[in-house]
Amino acid sequence: MEEQREVTRYLALKVGRALFVVWAAFTLTFVLLFVLPANPADLLFDPAEINSIPPEVREQVAESYGFDKPVFLQYFNRLGHALTGDFGNSVQSGRAVTETILDALPSTLVLASGALVLALLIAFVIALVTTSTRRPWVRNLVEALPSGAVSVPVFLSGILMLQIFSFRLGWFPAFGDSGARSVVLPLITLAVPVSGPIAQLLVRSFATEFRSGYVTTSYAKGATRNGIIIRDVFRNASLPALTIAGITFGNLIAGSVITETVFARKGIGRLTQAAINTLDVPLVQGIVVLVAASFALINLIVDLIYPLLDPRLRATLAVA
Amino acid sequence: MTDPSKDPLLRITDLAIDYRSGRREWTPAVRGAGLHVEPGEFVSLVGESGSGKTTLVQGALGLLPAAARICGGSIAYSGVDVTGWNDRRMALVRGNYVGFIPQDPNTSLNPVKKIGQQVIEAVRFNEPEAGNAAQHMEAALESLRTAGLKDAERVFHQYPHELSGGMKQRALIAIALAGKPKIIVADEPTSALDVTVQKVILDHLVRLREELGIGILLVTHDLGVALDRSDRILVMRNGEIVEEGPVHQVLENSADDYTRRLLDAAPARHTGRLRPTSGARPDPATASAVLRAHALTKTYHLRGRGQRRELRALDGADLIVRKGTTHAIVGESGAGKSTLASILVRFTTADSGTVHVGDRELTGLRRGQLREIRRDLQFVFQNPFTSLDPRFTVGKIIAEPLRAFGVATGKARVVELLEAVALDESYLHRLPSQLSGGQRQRVAIARALALNPEILVLDEAVSALDVSVQAQILQLLVDLQAGLGLSYVFVTHDLGVVRLIGDDVTVMKDGAVVETGPVEQVFGSPRHDHTRELLEAIPGVRLAVAR
Amino acid sequence: MTVQLAAPALGRPLVKRLGELTRQPILVASWIVVLVVIGWAVAPGLFTSYSPFDGDTSASFAPPSAEHWFGTDRLGRDLFARSVYGAHTTLTATLLAVLIAFGIGTVVGLVAGFVGGIVDTAVMRVVDVFLAIPSLLLAMVVVSVLGYSTQNIALAVGISSIASFARVMRAQVLAVVTQDYVKAAYGLGVGRLGVMLRHVVPNSLSSVIALAALEVGTAVLAVASLGFLGYGAPPPQPEWGLLVAEGRDYVAVHPWASILPGVALAIVVIATHRISTSYRKEHRR
Repeated sequence: MEEQREVTRYLALKVGRALFVVWAAFTLTFVLLFVLPANPADLLFDPAEINSIPPEVREQVAESYGFDKPVFLQYFNRLGHALTGDFGNSVQSGRAVTETILDALPSTLVLASGALVLALLIAFVIALVTTSTRRPWVRNLVEALPSGAVSVPVFLSGILMLQIFSFRLGWFPAFGDSGARSVVLPLITLAVPVSGPIAQLLVRSFATEFRSGYVTTSYAKGATRNGIIIRDVFRNASLPALTIAGITFGNLIAGSVITETVFARKGIGRLTQAAINTLDVPLVQGIVVLVAASFALINLIVDLIYPLLDPRLRATLAVA
Repeated sequence: MTDPSKDPLLRITDLAIDYRSGRREWTPAVRGAGLHVEPGEFVSLVGESGSGKTTLVQGALGLLPAAARICGGSIAYSGVDVTGWNDRRMALVRGNYVGFIPQDPNTSLNPVKKIGQQVIEAVRFNEPEAGNAAQHMEAALESLRTAGLKDAERVFHQYPHELSGGMKQRALIAIALAGKPKIIVADEPTSALDVTVQKVILDHLVRLREELGIGILLVTHDLGVALDRSDRILVMRNGEIVEEGPVHQVLENSADDYTRRLLDAAPARHTGRLRPTSGARPDPATASAVLRAHALTKTYHLRGRGQRRELRALDGADLIVRKGTTHAIVGESGAGKSTLASILVRFTTADSGTVHVGDRELTGLRRGQLREIRRDLQFVFQNPFTSLDPRFTVGKIIAEPLRAFGVATGKARVVELLEAVALDESYLHRLPSQLSGGQRQRVAIARALALNPEILVLDEAVSALDVSVQAQILQLLVDLQAGLGLSYVFVTHDLGVVRLIGDDVTVMKDGAVVETGPVEQVFGSPRHDHTRELLEAIPGVRLAVAR
Repeated sequence: MTVQLAAPALGRPLVKRLGELTRQPILVASWIVVLVVIGWAVAPGLFTSYSPFDGDTSASFAPPSAEHWFGTDRLGRDLFARSVYGAHTTLTATLLAVLIAFGIGTVVGLVAGFVGGIVDTAVMRVVDVFLAIPSLLLAMVVVSVLGYSTQNIALAVGISSIASFARVMRAQVLAVVTQDYVKAAYGLGVGRLGVMLRHVVPNSLSSVIALAALEVGTAVLAVASLGFLGYGAPPPQPEWGLLVAEGRDYVAVHPWASILPGVALAIVVIATHRISTSYRKEHRR
């Protein structure tokens, strides 16, 4: 009984925080995009032409977007609609924001999830090699890889990939998003920088865990080094990777903005860029809220599965 | 000399181990060390921190860290030389032939695996022919029972964090036994445990030796522990074995100077209080109360827990400290002694009850008034490695209280304080990281004395130190008390130390005071069962007898 | 994020430290890279005789040569000169961004960690929100509101990194506050402000400084990324991200125009990371 109540409390707290983050992201973008600009409707025009547009037209446009109403009214109006999944219409295309986003989403999901899997693979290989090798030079070399991976700008690695594998070798198509082959280069481009922080964390936590007391115990049992890495160290050392799920998600989003631009792929990243370039305020807000919501959801999932993977936390949850 | 058919279980000959201290630079950690353990023999290896005792056994088990290397000598198990064997071959020796009990049970079990699983692995790695899962489980349960876990079936399905320290150490003993080894090496197996638990675990090791006929090599810093149970003792210092012999021989006529000093430093060697080096102190019997605590209660509400889930750390504790005397507070972990000390100096606020310093009440004071009391009431922490700011020089550390109260912060006063704790001016500009543990604790004491307080609260102030250093600090405290008329509240888990420094003693258990009174009375004729239990568990019985 | 217990290696003689440096050639090279690039930013004229703006249109897209180290672009401008002058734009923006993030983030984290209670909870919830929006996205939104320019990029990148500084500083402060030497200082009668300034701040700062060193690299990347996407200085201005973007359209035919400035940028970021890592290692001992 008591335990169940505590688990419910824990769940309620975590879900509450996630909802707060989404709400706050909505409010923040509202303030940034609709309140701060002196005349938000002017954001809709090209700054170079703004003075040549007659004031009546500008007012008319402002009215059509509801900018003439009091700020609070606008806020609650938009919030109410947002709760039903309606973020208004895109200024540029006139299509519903939600529809526009949903249209671009699958392409990015394929790219990002593929890149995440590849990044995890790279990170684990790096961590396992540095932990299991006994040659210092191999360890030093492999340990230096993650820092290189985060240092090379995505736009540069993308261009290099294009140059080598598309233009020179002709193995993969250069642009567009037709067919499975077209996703290979963007996927690698995105995976490399995303793998960097994960690999750095894993290398550290594998090293820490490998020094801990239970490793000595396992040695004393008669286990071999590689056996210990697989049986004991792996699980304990992998858990912390979940704690940077949020950072990883951020890197995936930021990376896809640039990757999609370089490879001219359809997706959320390019949509974001287009929305910012054309100052498509409702679309920008829709994207930011979507991203914040995904972030909150991912962290929520991590918070919920972490106790299942670590018996110590499960215990504190059960009694605490 | 030795008969080849009767090789000892373990023979280490002339072993030398180096640690890498830089590029192509090596520092010796062990030099020319030799020892042997015969079947059914209980051998203890004694040494203070840095003596190389742990490195020696790591070398014997092939568990040296990457930065260390064996550069001479040999290790043989039953006559088979294993020196230089690789990981794969040593894995066949470990568990199978030699079992190992590690130092800290709290970190030595894999936190995400059930105990049963961990014992089964030890069974599986070391069985002569492949068995099935049911046999493995039966063998693991058997091993847990042999290790003294009565409720083996339940423990089998538990995770390490669900067990107490003593039970974890038993689980580790079970793991060590699971491979049916001929010899067990135990590296400080009880230093993380309470004395009463320590006694039970060590007694169990002795029983295993008798029942199974295995050899035991015990590594310990505690001479008392070693003397109580061993057949033979080796003493190690600076990487070399300086003394070896049967217990009575080491006790009665040790040839080695260092061993004799170690024996003298052991608290169990002494009866009665330490005397100040010079001068005498006033008769404590007539002293008036300088610190009084009454009915102190403290309950910690563990985060997120309901009403029933709280921890009663202190349950109506009383304490009276007489002027110019030492009042010792003893108890095992969780007894509430540190909470009490912390409330006395108001690091922690009590839920109810009062503390009087002289005739001022401490409990209700606001921050400003509290600060004034700090002049009279100072605190010394257990761990001198964490109680000094790593960025401050010794001079700055000692001057800090003077500065805080705007008292003369001149160099003269700081040097005077340094000299009071037997250090000198040359330490002024050193950083804590450049001092030894004993020196740091001296600096911490000098800092506490800076404002001329009446009372010092010392929380396990000598527990982190080696015996020989501990003896020096205790003598220093006794001298300072006589010279400055200080009163001490001395919190410790070590009853041996209480004898050396205490006038009065309060024994605590589960947050409550179970017995209080003059040391001779409480120790001489204990009235409470727990006091008796604690007294019986003090290691070093043979030391006291041999005096 | 461990609390360091050992003191920094201040007292070591300079000669010995220099001796140690020679055994770490990569670290030395990293310092040289960073110093040279700072030189580019401060006095570009010393490193190149070409103008970053005027080019010889007849010599467009020249490959790298002794005359034009990085080759020339579409308008025949020397790309090395443009990279050298671009360092000024990019590095100034980076410095500004890191200062904003470090300054505000550290203070916010210190207050949250030291004061605790409701203040801490409130601050951390706000930090949560900022962490939920990836910094590149947040920076893009901020730039779109403020207008396109390098200063605004700096501001945007700075604002979007405040949260991570605040979080690291807070964690560090919370760890330091429970240390015995902080308790000891209270016990000695040192006031709250004194404890904060004398013990908590100095002992918390080292890992935040390590983060700042790392953040320099990250911020260079962010500034260049925003420049690449076209939110920075208008085209004739040289800026590293923009240089890559300008060359991108011709990458199939004239790869150097885009790749060499990008490689220069990558080397600088790698160098700052290397320096940051060695700082962290030294302070963990």
